[in-house]
Amino acid sequence: MRAFETEKTDVAEVDRSIYDIKDKPNAAFEVNSGLTPEIVEKISEEKNDPEWMRIFRQKSLRIYNSMPVQNWGPSIEGLDMSNIVTYVRPKTEMRGKWSEVPDDIKNTFERLGIPKAERASLAGVGAQYDSEVVYHNVKAEVAAQGVVYTDIESALNGPYAEMVRTHFMKLVPPTDHKFAALHGAVWSGGSFVYVPAGVSVEIPLQSYFRLNAPGAGQFEHTLIIVDKGAYLHFIEGCSAPKYNVANLHAGCVEIYVGENARVRYSTIENWSKNMYNLNTKRAKVEKGGTIEWVSGSFGSHTSCLYPMSILAGEGARMEFTGITFAGAGQDLDTGAKVVHAAPNTSSHITTKSIARDGGVSNFRSSVTVLPNATGSKSAVSCESLMLDDRSRSDTIPEMDIRCDAVDVGHEAKIGRISEEAVFYLMSRGLSEEDARALIVGGFAEPIAKELPVEYAVEMNNLIHLEMKGSIG
Amino acid sequence: MSSPLLEVKDLQVTVGEEQKVLLDGLNLTIYPGETHVLMGHNGAGKSTLMSALMGDPRYTVTRGQIIFKGQDVTHEPADVRAKLGMFLSFQTPEEIPGITLENFLRTAQNAITGKPVKVFAFRKELAQQMEALGMDESYADRYLNVGFSGGEKKKSEILQLLMLKPSLALLDETDSGLDVDAVKTVAQGVRAYHNKDNALIIITHNAKILEGLHVDYVHVLDDAHIVRTGDGSLVNEIIEEGFRALKEDEAK
Repeated sequence: MRAFETEKTDVAEVDRSIYDIKDKPNAAFEVNSGLTPEIVEKISEEKNDPEWMRIFRQKSLRIYNSMPVQNWGPSIEGLDMSNIVTYVRPKTEMRGKWSEVPDDIKNTFERLGIPKAERASLAGVGAQYDSEVVYHNVKAEVAAQGVVYTDIESALNGPYAEMVRTHFMKLVPPTDHKFAALHGAVWSGGSFVYVPAGVSVEIPLQSYFRLNAPGAGQFEHTLIIVDKGAYLHFIEGCSAPKYNVANLHAGCVEIYVGENARVRYSTIENWSKNMYNLNTKRAKVEKGGTIEWVSGSFGSHTSCLYPMSILAGEGARMEFTGITFAGAGQDLDTGAKVVHAAPNTSSHITTKSIARDGGVSNFRSSVTVLPNATGSKSAVSCESLMLDDRSRSDTIPEMDIRCDAVDVGHEAKIGRISEEAVFYLMSRGLSEEDARALIVGGFAEPIAKELPVEYAVEMNNLIHLEMKGSIG
Repeated sequence: MSSPLLEVKDLQVTVGEEQKVLLDGLNLTIYPGETHVLMGHNGAGKSTLMSALMGDPRYTVTRGQIIFKGQDVTHEPADVRAKLGMFLSFQTPEEIPGITLENFLRTAQNAITGKPVKVFAFRKELAQQMEALGMDESYADRYLNVGFSGGEKKKSEILQLLMLKPSLALLDETDSGLDVDAVKTVAQGVRAYHNKDNALIIITHNAKILEGLHVDYVHVLDDAHIVRTGDGSLVNEIIEEGFRALKEDEAK
């Protein structure tokens, strides 16, 4: 009957070409694979840790060894820690000028559009390559406002050392879960941001994480402290070329939102499809403060990602807007958590999931309202789109409400592309593939418009790439 | 005489796995410049015929041929037919969130002509056509048909017709559910579209959309067949006397 000749492409191999260009192995130093007290000690040595950090790493390693792997969510059996190289130092010191970054590394970031975006629309950029930050720069006028944006290692040994020590892994303690403990033991790189009271950073800061080494792990730590009445938009991007061995990303993001402060944290995650992305993000919001999460998950083999917000002060607010797109071989388990721990707090979670070609895209939410959080509101809405019968998308909401005077709502929709809509678009000259991509793009649009514009464009491109070859 | 625009030969159309026959042994030839009207009871097969001509995958052609501009399109997908110059104005147009009416029209025009759209000229023409159809310009920036009223959706279809300039327009009850003024506007749009090089097939229960158009042929469908073909005068005959009179006529 209908014989469509459609271009068949292997998404993972062809369409990710910009992300997939590998640099030749170029590490200056790497530890042996696996995890022992000696390896962790070696990392401490390499990084010139202060004493408390040295102790912290060893303690975290003991916690890691004593904890079981989670017994829920996607399988992580394909991840063998004894094969993961936890620390790979690139062959360069951190630079403040792109011209001083070695060519192969610089070219990688050029291809990803980072220096261009920095010139056009960012107040500061951090670029991490494997385990260390290779570039960090903040615009002079932003620095003049007292804004600190640097790599964590510099912060640990600089004027903000005490601030780092009193906040580092206090929101996400190593006892939180096994991979938080692992992070505590082998973390490296990441960014430290401090925005003083009343300062509004009008243009975003961006950190980009690139993992080049096969079989390696990336464990960057992002610590953001935004003081009373201040505002910050922070953008996080991640990618890696594809290898046949498993890579691991177990980063950690801790955000402290001061009284009446507002932080927007945007992420586009496009790890390669051999990546286990077990990332932990958490924000604590004081009185009258706001945390806004915007999250796009496209890559990785397996993801467990549920940014958590603790609404600690009266009137604190959180908004989470997320999209997840799982294709062949991907198991993406994403969502959001919120704890209402003060009166009149509010949370708003809106997500869209797309699954195709046998992919699994599950949404998990957890809303906890503590007894003192009277007058709080929570609204969770999740829409899923399944593009074929082989794909899966489940919604797993969890609610723990310990207080009567609250307003809590949950809404979930699961759908498919309307064949009538495809025919309508085709009757106007669009190919079936373009018609479907347009419909999926339309489904994602409410999320796309929350993303920074260049990421919205990237997301649209990704959707078109992912849809290519989806019809046969 | 020029060569036919559309030739339907012995068409049989079925639906579902049980192959329920919706159209059977249908023949139809349309030349450029002509206007054909399809009439018949609800369920007679009128909409099915239009959908099948456009290539709706819900229907299967189990026998016969659809030749459009000399090319056999019987098993071609809808976008191929659209690119050749066929257009269907849907009875209930789909709502497509995420793309504005203007961007959609530009995408469609680009897909059909295969050439990049000249933005300035395009916008100017769009503004003119929307004004002629009494559509507020804000509709151009709204998502395609999303939240449009029934009347606005029909106007959006005629706007697409005017912008895409197909050579064969299939209008499926474009005048139903419209108030008097809207029907007038839509009829005006159809007249503005029609010329000696293109052709129309119109399904209507309400001859209002035909105002000012010269109807060349009227085909009456009943139970999967064309049971009668006549000239334009048949429209009024049916509206006044109903299909029953017509059938009794046949029986005599």
